[in-house]
Amino acid sequence: MGELTINHFLTVSAILFTIGVVGIFVNRKNIIVILMSIELILLSVNLNLIAFSVYSGTIAGQIFAMLVLTVAAAEAAVGLAILVVYFRNRGDIAVESVDLMKG
Amino acid sequence: MELIAFYIFAAIVTVSALSVIIARNPVHSVLWLILTFFTAAGLLVLIGAEFLAMLLVVVYVGAVAVLFLFVVMMLDVDFVEMKQGSLRYWPFAGLVGIAFIAEIALASFARETDGTIDFEAAPGAATNAEAIGQVMYTQYFLLFQLAGLILLVAMIGAIVLTLRERAGIKRQNIAQQTARRRKDATEAVPVEPGKGI
Repeated sequence: MGELTINHFLTVSAILFTIGVVGIFVNRKNIIVILMSIELILLSVNLNLIAFSVYSGTIAGQIFAMLVLTVAAAEAAVGLAILVVYFRNRGDIAVESVDLMKG
Repeated sequence: MELIAFYIFAAIVTVSALSVIIARNPVHSVLWLILTFFTAAGLLVLIGAEFLAMLLVVVYVGAVAVLFLFVVMMLDVDFVEMKQGSLRYWPFAGLVGIAFIAEIALASFARETDGTIDFEAAPGAATNAEAIGQVMYTQYFLLFQLAGLILLVAMIGAIVLTLRERAGIKRQNIAQQTARRRKDATEAVPVEPGKGI
């Protein structure tokens, strides 16, 4: 049995990140699960930041992780609010039908 | 011992994160997401970042996941129908995932590692929370304020987006209520004896 190293944490966060990215592709129709996948990606970023912060003995990474947490919470709130409004107007949240802007 | 705990937590994180993206029911997805965040908090406790771990539980499990749960349950959408045909996307998604993992593995194996490290979760302070508090309100004060501003803007944005004025709904008008005087509401009618009104 070895020691707990930074690579352990980097591996877990890489796996989490990949799961998040794959989740966006797999659940292309369901925007709620896409938002959850984005939360997973942000969690992996946070894990990375905190692991490096503890590893290098500087506290700055943990402050940054806190800011990422703030932005993630704000993003979830606004995203879900948009979702609720969209559902109210269209009665549906299928991602394919979101083409009003013809983008 | 630490390593055993790490592997247990890492396995739970991986399995629950996978379950988030493959669960058939979005409510189950949210519950798996909660488990993922809880276990990630456990991972953080393992390296001594207790404050962030607790913050993760409070913010994500307490606020974000509950918000997701509310929205999933409020929207009347046929999620099973939405899930159909998602098998089609798996090959492409797997390809992208493998590419990601390969890139990250390449980058991390190319780097020489020096084996053991001494983890220091609270540099120059007694506890992790104290170490954060020492710099948060001094060195990173403006960033802290900015984070508060972001939350305020997000809150106002969410309220403005979801607020709607519906016609034909009776509301309480407090100004009107308090401006009401006795002469507006009552009328003195001289009643003649022996007769009604």
